[in-house]
Amino acid sequence: MAEEKKLFKVTIDGITIEVEPGTTILNAARQIGGEVTPPAMCYYSKLKNSGGKCRTCLVEVAAGSAADPRPMPKLVASCRTTVMDGMVVKNTTSDRVLDARQGVVEFLLINHPIDCPICDQAGECDLQDLSYAHGADASRFDFQKRTFIKHNLGPYIQLHMTRCIMCFRCVYVADQVTNKRVHGVLERGDHAEIATYIEKALDNDFIGNVIDVCPVGALTDRTFRFKSRVWFTKPVKAHRNCSKCCGKVHAWLRGDEVLRVTGRKDQWGEVEDWICNECRFERKNINDWIVEGPAEINRHSVISQGHYSGKVGTTKPAETFSKVMNGRQPNLLMNIHSVSGVNPPGLNLAALPGPAHSTDFVKKKEINDKPSPEVK
Amino acid sequence: MGVKLLLDKAHIEGIRYYDAYRKNGGYTAVEKAFKTMNPEAIVEEVKKSGLRGRGGAGFPTGMKWSFIAKPEGIPRHLICNADESEPGTFKDRYLMEFIPHLLIEGLIISSYALGSNVTYIYIRGEYAWIPDILEQAIHEARANGWLGKNILGSGFDCEIYVHRGAGAYICGEETALIESLEGKRGNPRIKPPFPALKGVWDRPTVVNNVETLAAVVPVINIGGEAYAKIGVGRSAGTKLISACGNINKPGVYEIDMTISVEEFIYSDEYCGGIAKGKRLKACIPGGSSVPILPANLLLKTAKGETRYMNYESLSDGGFATGSMMGSGGFIVLDEDQCVVKHTYTLARFYRHESCGQCSPCREGTLWMDKILKNIETGKGKKTDIDLLWDVQRRIEGNTICPLGDAAAWPVAAAIRHFRDEFEWHVNHPQECLVRNFGLAHYADPREVVA
Repeated sequence: MAEEKKLFKVTIDGITIEVEPGTTILNAARQIGGEVTPPAMCYYSKLKNSGGKCRTCLVEVAAGSAADPRPMPKLVASCRTTVMDGMVVKNTTSDRVLDARQGVVEFLLINHPIDCPICDQAGECDLQDLSYAHGADASRFDFQKRTFIKHNLGPYIQLHMTRCIMCFRCVYVADQVTNKRVHGVLERGDHAEIATYIEKALDNDFIGNVIDVCPVGALTDRTFRFKSRVWFTKPVKAHRNCSKCCGKVHAWLRGDEVLRVTGRKDQWGEVEDWICNECRFERKNINDWIVEGPAEINRHSVISQGHYSGKVGTTKPAETFSKVMNGRQPNLLMNIHSVSGVNPPGLNLAALPGPAHSTDFVKKKEINDKPSPEVK
Repeated sequence: MGVKLLLDKAHIEGIRYYDAYRKNGGYTAVEKAFKTMNPEAIVEEVKKSGLRGRGGAGFPTGMKWSFIAKPEGIPRHLICNADESEPGTFKDRYLMEFIPHLLIEGLIISSYALGSNVTYIYIRGEYAWIPDILEQAIHEARANGWLGKNILGSGFDCEIYVHRGAGAYICGEETALIESLEGKRGNPRIKPPFPALKGVWDRPTVVNNVETLAAVVPVINIGGEAYAKIGVGRSAGTKLISACGNINKPGVYEIDMTISVEEFIYSDEYCGGIAKGKRLKACIPGGSSVPILPANLLLKTAKGETRYMNYESLSDGGFATGSMMGSGGFIVLDEDQCVVKHTYTLARFYRHESCGQCSPCREGTLWMDKILKNIETGKGKKTDIDLLWDVQRRIEGNTICPLGDAAAWPVAAAIRHFRDEFEWHVNHPQECLVRNFGLAHYADPREVVA
């Protein structure tokens, strides 16, 4: 009989949860969900060794563990710090954390073009969400931004390094999902860039996943570029029989047109399973897919606007008006038409040929052949 | 004359070569260690000596050694960090260039103590000529039976390899060094796990500075307790200081940590005073990344006590009024030096050397560099100084490795102590291009007393 595992008790922003040993603070916070979850720009739970780089998930550890309740002197990256039993973590309740996070967002944005109006990622961009939540209203950086020229990495993927925030996720994807990595980080410091050393195409059956993991619009789908804003497309769950991958995708539709195909993303914006290039780029006909139903999109996302009354928070509020009125008819408090000198009740504007002029109001008695209906 | 343990034989002709080194008492520490001590006893001896890491952080070496994990069947490694790239620090270069056998001897003893059969010297790429010297020394040591199989019949095998870096400051950080040694991009790893548990090729690893490992030789020779008696309190033993800047006698000096900063700068035995009879303005006592100190806080602490050249005294007053021992790169600035320009130079260095992995350091160092360039060239705004302060504050402590801190501290200290010089630059955009702020009111404390 298996011994029951001892669970670690961890308190994040005053909410206590029991998690398995070895869980990171970020994943413990994700189990709680909601506000206490630190944002993550570089951590990706499906990619080993990812995280620790963007520093947006910094949290304060107010007590290291029950055995050693000393606080940690520095803020720690919650995505790479494992919990201890009795650990007390402060995320949004710590001013230090919020200040540091604000700083990180500012740093990330100083060289980001903020070209959201022409960026395909807008609407589903982690950096956009992050800067709405933690950014300042104006930049204090008054220098020229770092720019790069765009590169086409093969027929499907375009790399626009100017937008990159160096999360390294695409490097890990190439390392862990594909069998050969041909792109990586060149140079160092502020001139570091993601690149194939001598311009090469990324041609691997699974390399398209770099588009899904990219938190910003640095790696975009060339088959979808400038086709549509993401919030004008409707994501549906779809699948097909694929010999290479799971074949389970989100198809983004406009009418019956498949504009783009991505992996199925969970509530943290992470794909559930990697999909192959064929599913992603080649299958753009609705007949290729078996549509299961609407995709679950966070109701705060711009994508969910008025599209569905689906499962996740997109249901319309219940009709409560008749209930509170208890059978009574709605009653206006005052009919302003009876007292207004500007728009006198005797004048039926709808009956006027053409736009109303001041003379119409003066001559009102002459035209007034049909009085406007009184509202009780 | 202070006690000399490392450079006591540096003047002997031919000490670079085995014969002269052996004739002058070389490799006796290896004999003593292998014949009379077991590895645990050596670690114990180093612990007793109170030897602290000479690379900058000052972590007790014996304690570091005792942390190394010893799982069955997995080899352990010792790495000598010779990636000495800190501006102003050149003590390891001197040691390796002129007395390479001292390092080799220290490495053999340390490898024995830690059970490292394969030991590496990771040397910075710019020291292009030193690997040859070290390899020559390793060859001589092997030829005389100090390296290789079954050293001195103890059954312990050890090989030392010299690995050249490619000229990155960041590879002086131990986890970045390990990555680089493995043949990867020199990006610092996220700790934990610490190298003592999972270092190079996921094996337990200890990374020590050149001087630390060389200091193991005198520790074994004279014994840990005798070594601990040299120096003051927790600053045991001797320290190499590489002095440079506006002094009469720049060079590498071995001090025993009991002398005062004033004596170190002005006595003829050491720096010999400020060059050309000028006055002292400021000093960076421990390599470019430690906070700069104005003359009045350098010679006396904020409490009015004399400041000494040791770990505790230099850091007295914290970062508000103190600094750090660091790696021992002692940079002296005289009255004609511009602190803004100096800070800009350092910021440019850190911007260039940031690995680009984590955002506060990558973007923050770039930003600081640009702001400082503006201030230095007379294009600064009044708000820039506060902005600079804010930027450094948000870098410090929020990065993966200490490079972010190292980039933030000099800027913070320069603004803290020399804010009026920054303001003068901003308020006199034309004048600052043609002349320096000078000593201003940071009068030389020696004159104030006189």
